[in-house]
Amino acid sequence: MDRPVILECRKVWKIYGAQADSFLTRNSRPKKGELSAAGLIGAVRDANVQIHKGEIFVIMGLSGSGKSTLVRCLSRLIEPTAGEIFFEGQNLLSMPEKDLIRIRRTKMGMVFQQFALLPHLTVLENAAFPLDVQGVPRAERMERARKVVELVGLKGREGNYPRELSGGQQQRVGIARSLAVEPDLWFLDEPFSALDPLIRREMQDEFIRLQNMLHKTIVFITHDFDEAIRLADRIAVMKDGAIEQVATPEELVLRPATDYVAEFTRHVSRSKVIRAVSVMEPLAGDSFAGEVPHDARIEQIADQVEASALPHRVMQDGQAIGQITRQAVIDVLVGRR
Amino acid sequence: MRGRWPLAFWLGLFGLTWLLSAFSFQLSKTLDARWLLKYPKQWELPLEGAIKSFLDWLVEDANFGLFTFRDLTRAIAAVVEMPYQILRDLLIEGFSSGIGDAAVQIAPSLSWIAVITCATAIGHYARDWKLGALVGGCFLYLAVFGQWESAMITLSSVLVAVPIGAVGGLLLGIAAYRTPWFDRMMRPFLDLMQTVPVFAYLVPILILFGFGPVAALVATVIYAMPPMVRITVLALRGVPEEVIEAGRMAGCTRRQLMWKVLVPSATPSLMVGVNQVIMLTLNMVIIASMIGAGGLGFDVLAALRRLDIGGGIEAGLAIVVMAIALDRASQAFAERSQRARLSGNLVRRHPWSTTVFVVIAATLALGLVLPGVQSYPDRLTLTTGPFWGEAMKWINVNFFDTFEAIKVVILNWLLLPVKKFFGGIPWAWGILVMGLIAGRIGGWKLGLLAALLMGFIAATGLWPKAMVTIYLCGVSVLIATLIGIPLGIWAAERPGAGRVILGLMDTLQTLPSFVYLIPVVMLFRVGDFSAMVAVVLYALAPAVRYAAHGLRSVPEALIEAGTMSGCTRSQLLWRIKLPMAAPHLLLGLNQTIMLALSMLVITALVGTRDLGQEVYIALAKAQAGPGVVAGLSVAFIAIVADRIFNALAEGQKRRLGL
Repeated sequence: MDRPVILECRKVWKIYGAQADSFLTRNSRPKKGELSAAGLIGAVRDANVQIHKGEIFVIMGLSGSGKSTLVRCLSRLIEPTAGEIFFEGQNLLSMPEKDLIRIRRTKMGMVFQQFALLPHLTVLENAAFPLDVQGVPRAERMERARKVVELVGLKGREGNYPRELSGGQQQRVGIARSLAVEPDLWFLDEPFSALDPLIRREMQDEFIRLQNMLHKTIVFITHDFDEAIRLADRIAVMKDGAIEQVATPEELVLRPATDYVAEFTRHVSRSKVIRAVSVMEPLAGDSFAGEVPHDARIEQIADQVEASALPHRVMQDGQAIGQITRQAVIDVLVGRR
Repeated sequence: MRGRWPLAFWLGLFGLTWLLSAFSFQLSKTLDARWLLKYPKQWELPLEGAIKSFLDWLVEDANFGLFTFRDLTRAIAAVVEMPYQILRDLLIEGFSSGIGDAAVQIAPSLSWIAVITCATAIGHYARDWKLGALVGGCFLYLAVFGQWESAMITLSSVLVAVPIGAVGGLLLGIAAYRTPWFDRMMRPFLDLMQTVPVFAYLVPILILFGFGPVAALVATVIYAMPPMVRITVLALRGVPEEVIEAGRMAGCTRRQLMWKVLVPSATPSLMVGVNQVIMLTLNMVIIASMIGAGGLGFDVLAALRRLDIGGGIEAGLAIVVMAIALDRASQAFAERSQRARLSGNLVRRHPWSTTVFVVIAATLALGLVLPGVQSYPDRLTLTTGPFWGEAMKWINVNFFDTFEAIKVVILNWLLLPVKKFFGGIPWAWGILVMGLIAGRIGGWKLGLLAALLMGFIAATGLWPKAMVTIYLCGVSVLIATLIGIPLGIWAAERPGAGRVILGLMDTLQTLPSFVYLIPVVMLFRVGDFSAMVAVVLYALAPAVRYAAHGLRSVPEALIEAGTMSGCTRSQLLWRIKLPMAAPHLLLGLNQTIMLALSMLVITALVGTRDLGQEVYIALAKAQAGPGVVAGLSVAFIAIVADRIFNALAEGQKRRLGL
């Protein structure tokens, strides 16, 4: 990945329990069993992550896997027990409170699972809240808040209070609030998990639309693998506080690093993940039914490729780099590979 | 703790106690050991003297370097007195300059019309026209029935004490929320404050601040603040973690997080606390008339002392009316939701402020010409005193025998035997039994605590009076429970009846405790029986409420499962609902005991011979030592009972897996 790293965490640990600090100085890489034997809980164990500018980085795991704790360590809502976190090259953990507040005020935004809206403020005032605590004058912050509220599609509801809105609308307010300061780094902690499946889908589309406009660097937490592969550039799979694998959705499916990841990806609809380039064969012969882009998902090209007995050419930068056959597409669709 | 032979343990304990109680007199005679019956004087702790000399030292000599303790009390008095005097001037006396005969009135007080308009405006602002009419109507009642001046004195005290109590409680609560060690330090203190009977506060305050409204206000604030501290801590802890994180991620400083995120998010719960502060303040302002608060409480007290039936009921009703107005208005504020702001010019945006301002100005001007506008004309005042007097006379003439018969039966068959039983228990055995009971229920630590606290009571020489307190409390709680739990069940089973019953209980609970004495004394005169009736009335509400709440919170699925298994209605009640509601019932019982104890002390006014009387005498003689010691004894009884019943409820909950 050639884009610059914006957020990096090295060997981050978060251990709960009595004397967690001193335990880690005595044994810097304890095993899970050693922790539980000492009556400690390793919520995050030895996490190493690099997040690049402009990517959507999804942290994915079941409940209790430590993903929420990790994201709170990354934003320093929770103090990690050990490790280093760098944001744009600055050490976030050794930073004095004042600088941290400045960074949060200007460079970070966060969306929460239960929306976390302030009940006594209107939609507009909620969106303007981060500007309010910075001391932005009222007229200016209302103007900027009005823009983000409009951006998330809540124009006309500015004067409503959170309790008067549906769950999906409340989360739109949460998104508007997190975007009001135009952050570089955007944390989303299971933002759609509390919503109904249909609304969730709609909000995911909304999220993709926003990201296509804004190009933020995003850390997105979810327990829903379908959501993860739909949105992610890269995914980190967590289990019991440790990161099992960091990879693109396709790599996770094709080359799972551990049995746990394999188990997880087994029932994914692979045609949504696998790209043409991953199942193409070397060019053979010279009669082709057509062309497909190399990074097209199988799902997108299946109809086209299956319609003909002849293979299709796989194109990258105007060059044919291989061919894809009907058989290969069917193999993916029925899960043979 | 569920040891073996539970039944044998309890029966054995009771049997032994009963035997010892019945034959303690003979036993002490045969053994020639008077100490069995009476705690020896020479073993008594010299606590009373110590407290007295401590207070003397505080008042006379204590010096904190820059200022003395006396300076401190004077400063507090000044801080409290100034707003109080301003409010009194505003509501009753009118502003004047100069002292004594040289006083010149500068501005009159607010006219009664202006005050009623204000009250209506507040009611309407808090909810709607109906509430506005209710609150305004209550104030109109005070004017029409000639209670205006006393009511305004009481109201001034409430209006001064409530902001101090609420804001002080909020700040202490915030400090406790922020600093764990402060929280740990405050907790036992708050426990004690909530169990020490109200009278016991009054004695040391009387000595430190002297007789008068200021002392009453200080006592009131101290009494009303602890619940606010507790509610503040609970409310702040109840703010969802994510909301706090959202505030932190927005870049809030610590102070911004508190005042822009935590406190506003917790406001609905905090307003419940303010409502409590208001009701407790009213309760205490009435009681504090004993140390010079004046107002409606003083009217009741004076009427009780004169046995002026009509006057007492009149003033009592005024208190009830005021309590209802304050409670409904402050509750509406707690439930009030944010509304869209009105737009337009100043007048249109603030219709009520404008109206109130216009009415004040108009009545001020008119009042100079027409005195009837300034203060409610006397000749239009209705007095109900004679009516109530006649009514009571009529009741007493026609039903005297009935009431007397009930009283005698209950006295002879319930009160006196129980009194004899408790009175006969030798003190040493009493301490041991308390320890055993508490230990059996809550573990040896609780047992030790119970024995120690009971030992304290014996060691201060108050054992016999404490036994009277326990007996009266026990009987009252028994009766309150026997009436309250069925009422609660009824309320839970029939929603229609429930609304009426629970509404009635809500109102009963808002009434200041003093009010309960009036009808009881009128009907049954003084003595243990009157005290018991008053306590039962006062302590009934929690038994009903917790029972109803417990039954209603039984999971629907369990009831459906029971119904599908073919339970009849009564089987559902006895086999599913009541067992599941047992922890709630126990907590209700606990609350009933706490209220009973606090009321019991006040019934000293109707002539009981228990710890309350001890406090009351100390108050009358301004003796801090005995007052504080007796007050602590009541608090210790309350603490032991509270811990035992909480342990029972917890055990019950664990057993049900709740």
